[in-house]
Amino acid sequence: MPDQVPAVRLTSITKRFPGVVANRDINLTIERGEVHALCGENGAGKSTLMKILYGMQRPDEGTIEIDGEQVSFKGPADAIARGIGMVHQHFKLADNLTVLENVILGAEPRKRGRIDFAAARRRIEEMSAQYGLRVDPDVLVETLGVGDRQRVEILKVLYRGARVLILDEPTAVLVPQEVDELFGNLRELRAEGLTVLFISHKLDEVLSVADAISVIRRGTSVATCLRPADVTSQQLAELMVGSELPTPELRESTVTEDVQLAVDGLTVLTPEGRAVVDGVSLRIRRGEIVGLAGVEGNGQSELIEAVMGIRSADSGTIVYGGDDITQWATRRRRESGIAYIPEDRHRHGLILEGSLWENRMLGHQTRRPNVRGPWIDKRGARRDTTRIVREYDVRTPGIDVPAAALSGGNQQKLIVGREMSGDPKLLIAAHPTRGIDVGAQAAIWEYLRQARAAGLAVLLISADLEELIGMSDTLHVILRGRLVAQVDPGSVTPEELGSAMTGATGSPEGDDE
Amino acid sequence: MSEPPEKPDLKKDALPAEAETKPKARPAPADPAEIPAWRAAIQGLGPRGLALKVGAPVLALLISLLITMGLLRVTGADPVSSIQSMIDYGTTDNSIVDIVNRATRYYLSAVAVAIGFRMALLNIGVDGQYRLAAMLSAALGGALTLPAPFGQLLTIVAAMLIGGLWAAIAGVLKVTRGVSEVLSTIMLNAIATGLIAYLLNDKRLAEVRPGSNNVATAPIPDSGRVGPLNGFLSSIGIDLPGQMYGLLPLAIVVGIVFWVVINRTRFGFDLKVSGLSPTAAQASGVSARKMIVVTMVASGAVAGLIGMPELLGASYEYSLNFPAGLGFTGITVALLGRNHPVGIALAALLFAFLDQTSDVLQEVDVPKEIVGVMQGVVVLTVVIVYELVRRWEIRLQQRAVASELATGHDLAKETS
Repeated sequence: MPDQVPAVRLTSITKRFPGVVANRDINLTIERGEVHALCGENGAGKSTLMKILYGMQRPDEGTIEIDGEQVSFKGPADAIARGIGMVHQHFKLADNLTVLENVILGAEPRKRGRIDFAAARRRIEEMSAQYGLRVDPDVLVETLGVGDRQRVEILKVLYRGARVLILDEPTAVLVPQEVDELFGNLRELRAEGLTVLFISHKLDEVLSVADAISVIRRGTSVATCLRPADVTSQQLAELMVGSELPTPELRESTVTEDVQLAVDGLTVLTPEGRAVVDGVSLRIRRGEIVGLAGVEGNGQSELIEAVMGIRSADSGTIVYGGDDITQWATRRRRESGIAYIPEDRHRHGLILEGSLWENRMLGHQTRRPNVRGPWIDKRGARRDTTRIVREYDVRTPGIDVPAAALSGGNQQKLIVGREMSGDPKLLIAAHPTRGIDVGAQAAIWEYLRQARAAGLAVLLISADLEELIGMSDTLHVILRGRLVAQVDPGSVTPEELGSAMTGATGSPEGDDE
Repeated sequence: MSEPPEKPDLKKDALPAEAETKPKARPAPADPAEIPAWRAAIQGLGPRGLALKVGAPVLALLISLLITMGLLRVTGADPVSSIQSMIDYGTTDNSIVDIVNRATRYYLSAVAVAIGFRMALLNIGVDGQYRLAAMLSAALGGALTLPAPFGQLLTIVAAMLIGGLWAAIAGVLKVTRGVSEVLSTIMLNAIATGLIAYLLNDKRLAEVRPGSNNVATAPIPDSGRVGPLNGFLSSIGIDLPGQMYGLLPLAIVVGIVFWVVINRTRFGFDLKVSGLSPTAAQASGVSARKMIVVTMVASGAVAGLIGMPELLGASYEYSLNFPAGLGFTGITVALLGRNHPVGIALAALLFAFLDQTSDVLQEVDVPKEIVGVMQGVVVLTVVIVYELVRRWEIRLQQRAVASELATGHDLAKETS
């Protein structure tokens, strides 16, 4: 449609972060009234690009045009004023307010100094009907499920007059039925003349909903405005990963007969008494990587926190190398050789303000070479940090810089190097390669393989199904806190695993809790 | 719809299991503003480079001096001559002794506060802890007569124990019942005040001084006192009038121990980590509950020392005239001193100087209360300047790391 002014045109966008160029010379044109999908791997630079479009980041180079007019956003408020709205992957809703209150929050219609709820309700009901986004404006958000919450987020954005909607991986938290519903909504929005920019790395979804597809790889646009009819998901995948991408895979089996970790009937309850981990039993032998597949929020985090002693088990036992460690404190578990790569490195894995050598000590602050008795051995810790930096290829000019100054991949390599130190016997690895660049990902897989060959027992949790399938000797599926299936990683496909994770294959229960 | 900085979520167990509330690793590099400014301030986070470490406080003091002079101008005084007269008065021998003595009290108080600050624990109860400790240990010291070092030691140890135990109440309440230590310590201050008023009575631990309305504990016998430091100072050639606290060295020792514990011990590492990131501390095996109680007790024990220089070196009794309110001054001094033992010492001296010389201002027709405003200005300026410099430095550092890597300076690539 070259006769029409595009809704959004990004030209030569470049954005640099320490250690990485997140976006390099990206060009993207989005026509009005289309669902445009932006694909790319984790860490390819999709989110950065969208943050630039939404005014949360400013590009180092390049221009943004909205409806043919060049703009420069100082913040999201400017972007909203130009009709751009963003639905974040992690919802930003106030649980204790109603849908109506959440939608108007910050943009309340007023009448004689008071909030005009009647007008707001009318507007929301109109919008709900117009776009087919059915939600009851008067229920509390805390009672809503994930799909409904997402609709509230979309309403919120539309309420502020958005004509271009950015949806950042909207399907990551949804089950398949909700995904279908969302796509129905997106089609209605398009029918009403709105433009949708849809970020995803799930190719089937992209092909089913998008009118045009652009692909980003390693920070640069490798294909723009492909028509879904012209490409296959195979071709898209190749575009996304390039040819040189390493694949996660294990070589010959190193599994031994020694059980390193035996979890039996482990149950963890929420404060309200709901079981988030429900009678989980699993064995990990030395030299074995046990993968745990599940949609995020199905008890994986709680399970590993129980194994680490961060969360206490409400029933069941955890036996580690012959010792019942169910009642042990986290420190004792770590001292006995359980290593931990936490899922959120910023919150659980690092002290961002601390120097690299202080971060080297974290989690190992009772052991050599970091301490001697009650005293910190600064020299020992520093020397060993230098070793980790060299062996694990942490890109840094020195070990006195704060961890915050490193890029995500290098932070993760530091964590992996640290956790592999001190002869661990069991490694709990949660999303070890999430959000890091491709090179670091391959390196981390290689460290895992080496450690496995050396007899390490590994519990691997990942949202990346390829990684799980490729790196696991044994693969369990967790759903609503229960291990519901064990699949053979040698023969299972990501699609089969995906449906097992959502309970689509013959789960007796319904999908809503 | 700008993104609010993520709040530290201490109540991990309260998180529902739904996927959408799970935080995810952010792909973009960490934003230095991720730590809220208040946390950076109370934990004494500041610039790391030496030049900025020296430059930031100098800059802050210059700015606050300018603001102060502006204030004096507004009140109608001549700023230069007012400050000149403060300095003239503050550098007389008599004033120096008073300033150092005052600073000793401020210093101990600020260190007590700083211990809590280092792990983001706000011990507002230092005030009650030191008053209760001073009162009870004074009663104990006055009741016993022991040979020379034992009487003093007993009084000091008792004061530390009482301060520590009083603070422990707040720690235990936080750990077992989730009560904010801010609230509990404020309430414990009020309870301590009531308790002291009850005990400081001639029917209980005190006696009425004949010829006055004052009530005081029994005076500590000569053998239980700590003589002034003047003799020692004369022997090294410094002759000062009045009485310099004999327990001044105690404050110095406390400062050194504080520094060593924080920077050189495992315990100090756990403490710092708990303050900077409770979640990472927990994942690394630090028991948050234990750390909270231990830190509160340590903070309270140092608080117990605040009254000792005065009690054992000057007043020898706890009376209605015993210095009060030092715990609150300690909070501001700790903030100003960035929780660093040397910084706190300088801050304590500055505050003591301002307090001591406030009287002189009246001579030039400036209300002495303006000193309080000056102190506030200094603290605010320092906190703001440090935070700005810290953020600026982190950005600078991220850029430097990127450019150093770009030019091939990479530790991972170098051979050793």
